[in-house]
Amino acid sequence: MMAQPLVVAGRTFTSRLFTGTGKFSSAALMEETLLASGSELVTVALKRVDVGNDQDDILRHLQHPQFSLLPNTSGVRTAREAVFAAQLAREALETNWLKLEIHPDPKYLLPDPIETLKAAEELVKLGFVVLPYIHADPVLCKRLEEVGVAAVMPLGAPIGSNQGLRTRDFLEIIIGQSKVPVVVDAGLGAPSHAAEAMELGADAVLVNTALAVAGNPVQMAHAFRLAVEAGRLAYEAKLAAPVRNAAVASSPLTSFLGEN
Amino acid sequence: MSFRPVFEAYPWDEVKAGIYAKTAADVERALAAPRRTLDDFQALISPAAAPYLEQMAQLSQHLTRQRFGRTMQLFAPLYLSNECQNICTYCGFSMDNKLRRRTLSSVEILQEAAVLKDWGYEHVLLVTGEANQTVGVEYLRNALRTLRPHFAHLAMEVQPLDQTDYEQLIPEGLNTVLVYQETYHQHDYRKHHPKGRKSNFYYRLDTPDRLGRAGIHKMGLGVLFGLEDWRTDSFFTALHLDYLERTYWQTKYSLSFPRLRPAEGLLQPKVEMTDRELVQLICAYRLLNQEVELSLSTRETPLFRDHVSQLGITTMSAGSKTNPGGYAVEPESLEQFEISDERSPREIAAMLRCQGYEPVWKDWDLALQS
Repeated sequence: MMAQPLVVAGRTFTSRLFTGTGKFSSAALMEETLLASGSELVTVALKRVDVGNDQDDILRHLQHPQFSLLPNTSGVRTAREAVFAAQLAREALETNWLKLEIHPDPKYLLPDPIETLKAAEELVKLGFVVLPYIHADPVLCKRLEEVGVAAVMPLGAPIGSNQGLRTRDFLEIIIGQSKVPVVVDAGLGAPSHAAEAMELGADAVLVNTALAVAGNPVQMAHAFRLAVEAGRLAYEAKLAAPVRNAAVASSPLTSFLGEN
Repeated sequence: MSFRPVFEAYPWDEVKAGIYAKTAADVERALAAPRRTLDDFQALISPAAAPYLEQMAQLSQHLTRQRFGRTMQLFAPLYLSNECQNICTYCGFSMDNKLRRRTLSSVEILQEAAVLKDWGYEHVLLVTGEANQTVGVEYLRNALRTLRPHFAHLAMEVQPLDQTDYEQLIPEGLNTVLVYQETYHQHDYRKHHPKGRKSNFYYRLDTPDRLGRAGIHKMGLGVLFGLEDWRTDSFFTALHLDYLERTYWQTKYSLSFPRLRPAEGLLQPKVEMTDRELVQLICAYRLLNQEVELSLSTRETPLFRDHVSQLGITTMSAGSKTNPGGYAVEPESLEQFEISDERSPREIAAMLRCQGYEPVWKDWDLALQS
C-alpha cells in the first residue's frame, strides 16, 4: 500500500523524507545512509562543497538518479548575501531549487524571519523554487506563501537538538491553513518524531543530525523511512479520535428536559 | 560598551580563591545541570573536579558529536612575517631576540599558498608579529587580496587593530580573527610584555569588542598556558566569551589552548599545565558551551592529539610551519615555537578517518560574505 505522492512546485516525490548531508563520519557513509533513507531530495550546504570541482567529495557521492539536490544558503546572515549565494548555487549546481536558510545567530542557528521573507520575495521573482527554513510561525508562513514560495519548512525544535515536535501547537495551525506543502525541518531526533509530524498532516520532514549522529546511520535511515511512510499512511487513513472523557455524571445536566 | 567593566567586577584573587574552594558537591551539581553557568564552569575547572574527569570526557564527547557530528575542521597557519616591535618573554619573534627578520612578498605568499593548496587546505590562518610600519593594514589587505582567489576561508592572527581597520579588511575576505589575551592577570601581563604596543593591556582586552562592532564572522579567544594560574585565566576567558556571545550574537567563537612551548632563548613555564588538566579544561569548556569551536594546534604531541580529538575538539591544524617561508620559500628560517606533531596533513586526515571522523577541508565559501 502506497501513500499519495507529494508534489512540490510541479515535481512529484514518492518519498516524503528529505535529508541533509552534514555531520557524517565519511562521505561514503553519507551516501549509503541517504540511499537507505529512500530520500529523493537532499540538501547540501554551498559552503561545504567546492562547486568548481566535479570531483568534490560530497557531490561525487550524491550522483544518483534518485537524488535531486537542494542547495542551501547556510552561513549567510542577510537577504542580500542569500540572494548572491543562491545565484551562485543555481549556476554551479544547475538547479533553481533552493533551501533558503538565513540564520545570523551561529549559536542556535535560528532563522531570521525578516531577512528570510525579504530574500524569499526576491528569489521567487528571480525564478527560484524557494523552500524557506523558518520558525513555526503561522503568520510568517502565510506571508511566505503570498510571495510565492514552493513550500514552507518550519522547525520542530532547534536544529540538531533531536528534541522532537516542541512547536507542535503551531505546526498544527500552519498545517491547518497552508496552501503550500509543509515540511517539518529541524529538531526531529527519532523516527517517532517523524511519524508524529506526518500524522499531524505535515507533507514531508527533513532529517539530518538524527541520521548522521546515530550509532548506525544506515539502519536509522531505514527506520526513519518506515516511520515517515507509516505516519503518512496513518494520516491518510484518518486517525480515530482519541477518547478524552467518557465519564457520565450521575446527575445529568439535561434531566430537567424530561423524557420527551 | 565594552568588556572592561564586566572584567573589572571580578578581582583576580577572589576568582582564584572561589575556584579553589569548589567542592565535590559543586562539581556534581554542575555535571547534573541541564544548562551550565559560569559558576558551574568554575567547579568543573577546579581541583575538586579531577576525580570526575572520565565522566566529563564522556559528556563532552557526546555533546560535541551531537553538535558537530563526526567531523574535524582542518586548517594551516601561514606565517607572513616574523618582524616584531614587541618584547614578549615567551615568544621566538620577540624584538630582543636576535634573528633574521623576514616578511614575505606577494610572490612568496603565493609560493607558500601553493604548498597548502596542494595538501588540500581551503582554510588558512595568516600569522604575523607586530610591525605596523612594514606589516600594517596595507600589507594585510594585500595579503588577503593575494590569497582570496585561492582559499575558501581566510583567518588572521596578527596585531590588534582599530575597528576601522577591521572594517576595511573584512570586505577583502577576512572571515575570522584570533586574538589571545595571553593572560588576564594584569600585573603579569605587564611583566611578560614590557615593551611595544602589546604592553597596553586594555587595548588588547578591548580587541574582541572592536572586532564585534566591525561585524567579524568569527573570532577566536584564548590565553597562553604557563604564564599564570590556568584555572583563573580560563575562567576569565569563559567570562569574556559569555559577554561576547551576548553582545555580538551574530559572531561565531572559537577557543584555543596553547601551552607554552620551548622557543629560542626564552622563559620556561611558571605554571605547568599537565595533560590531565588540559583535558579537564577542554571538557569543561564543552560542558559550558556546546556550540563553541575548540581548536588544537600542533604544539601538542601526536599521542595527545589523537586522543583529545575525540573529546571535544572540533578544529585542528596539521603540517604546520611556524616560520615565514617555512613551507616553500625558506624552510630553515627561525620558527616562532617548536611544534610537537610533525605529521603531514595527509597523515592527520588518515588518523581522523581511522577514528571514524571526516576531515573537513572546506566549510565556508567567500561567496557567502558580502
